[in-house]
Amino acid sequence: MKPNDVILKSVTQVAAVIILTFSIYLFMNGHHHPGGGFIGGLSMASAIVLLYLSFGIEKVRENIRVDFKKLAAIGVLIAIGTGMAGVVFGQPFLTQAFGYRDLPIFGTTELASALIFDTGVALAVIGTAVNIILSISEDR
Amino acid sequence: MNNLLIAPIITPLLTGMVLIVFQKNVMLQRILSLVALVATIVISVLLMNQIRDGGIQSLQLGGWEAPYGISLVGDMFSALLLLAASIVSVCCLIYAFSSIGRKQEKLYFYPLFLFLIAGVNGSFLTGDLFNLYVCFELFLVASYVLITLGGAKRQLRESLKYIFTNIIASAFFLIGVAYLYSMTGTLNLAQLSIRIAEVGQDGLITTVSIVFLIVFAMKAGLLLFFWLPGSYSVPPTAIAAIFAALLTKVGIYAIFRMFTLIFYHEPQITHLFIGILAAITMILGGLGASGFSDLRKILTYNVIISVGFIMAGLVSFTSAGLTGSIYYLIHDILIKAIVFMIGGTIVHLTGTSNLKNISGLIRLHPQLGWMFFIAALSMVGIPPLSGFLGKVFTTQGVFEAGYYWLGVIGLVASLLILYSMIKLFMNAFWGETILSVEEEKGTTKGLLFPIALLTLASVALGFGAEAITGYVAQAAEELLNPNLYIQAVFE
Repeated sequence: MKPNDVILKSVTQVAAVIILTFSIYLFMNGHHHPGGGFIGGLSMASAIVLLYLSFGIEKVRENIRVDFKKLAAIGVLIAIGTGMAGVVFGQPFLTQAFGYRDLPIFGTTELASALIFDTGVALAVIGTAVNIILSISEDR
Repeated sequence: MNNLLIAPIITPLLTGMVLIVFQKNVMLQRILSLVALVATIVISVLLMNQIRDGGIQSLQLGGWEAPYGISLVGDMFSALLLLAASIVSVCCLIYAFSSIGRKQEKLYFYPLFLFLIAGVNGSFLTGDLFNLYVCFELFLVASYVLITLGGAKRQLRESLKYIFTNIIASAFFLIGVAYLYSMTGTLNLAQLSIRIAEVGQDGLITTVSIVFLIVFAMKAGLLLFFWLPGSYSVPPTAIAAIFAALLTKVGIYAIFRMFTLIFYHEPQITHLFIGILAAITMILGGLGASGFSDLRKILTYNVIISVGFIMAGLVSFTSAGLTGSIYYLIHDILIKAIVFMIGGTIVHLTGTSNLKNISGLIRLHPQLGWMFFIAALSMVGIPPLSGFLGKVFTTQGVFEAGYYWLGVIGLVASLLILYSMIKLFMNAFWGETILSVEEEKGTTKGLLFPIALLTLASVALGFGAEAITGYVAQAAEELLNPNLYIQAVFE
């Protein structure tokens, strides 16, 4: 008998969007306030895991064609890469830089290299977290 | 500020991450990992020379000053270990090329191997207790996967013990870190040293130091080696060799660092305690090595004896003793990789590790036999091979400090090493040749080169000991003067 998961599916359709939005908010908020790449990535991973739970692994895999192992590796590469930028400019490893620029829509915005580092962290966390859940669920 | 200090950690880490992306391409994986590890050798030689010319080097990550930021500190002791570790890792990697099997190569063998090296190098270079924990976890997690690679029943059984032991040890590590932080308010090794020197090492701090000793003793196989003979005899040869050569040594390094930089005020308690542990370790290891007639068991018990012997130099806490320990530590990293690779090759050829079923290998494999003979003599400490100087200086230091019983046990343990290695040599290589070339289970094709490379390095270490005397003396001096380390961090 097929399990009746209408409620789970309907809730997920709405909740996933909210969680994804909130995770981006957490990620951007992390520069000066509580939040950041790790927690943003973790909540985004939770949204993806929720999708896997309610719609099944095959169906989500058709729509999100990402190898999460590679995503984690690329995330770490990005994070270490921004760290290396400091070395190139003769500063200690992991030195961050920031500046203020006038952007068309946003107005005066603070641009920080820490954001790129955080993106790497977020990708690494998403890749690892989703990969752990997928490995557990695969029965081999 | 010296950015070179981060290179031995991120070179393998970065390469490993790239290799995960190119998982399918085995040839690329081999080439890139070899390049990364050879680069690590070059970096550690550069680092050694910088430290010789400019004293202890330090790097504050992101420009955040110590003790607020993350410090990396490279003194001569860590640089020497770094060099030995990278030489061994290159040879084990080459050995793995022709022994590990296509299937494992695609199952992330090379990335995991590189992460293991990154974690080991990180442990040698970090100047912060919590990051020492993180680096320990990095190489432990990699080793958890590597030990199960292949998935045989024996491997799974032993890996379970290995993982449980290490998780418990890591939990104690964290508890110790928490105690120390609540008492001193810092985890930066240099600042810990200052603060404990200021307030004095009272009973409570000494107790915490014993917690750390237990943790690192578990990792190093100092008395708490119950997990070691099983775990080190199940993984594929290349992995067993790198485990035997490096993983226990990181525990030894941590004990040296903690008890020369931070907890050095009460040697009559802590160092005596280490001495007792070392003595028991050597006796039990010697009994194990001479009692078993299984090739892998003999070799793993030899790992245990050498842990006890290296600790003896620390116990003496004299310049001669520490010099001897450093010599012996470098020698032991190389030699344990050699004997494990030779042992693995013998098992590969004959299909058994029971000495009673192996005989007369020297007729068909003379190179293997003679290299084993050189390694055996070197382990015992026959001059001018590499183990000799370590044994002489350690014994001298121990006698100078008045620990006669420890020195005598160390010498007796050497005799037991001699007995066990000669027993192995006579059984496996002498006698009637049972197996003809056709009957052998495998070939030595591609396996002899890395062993020869390491043997060459070990012999060079013995004959060229004069060349590195300056480096080792500097390392011992830095270990005896914590102020040098502190100044380098807070310059």
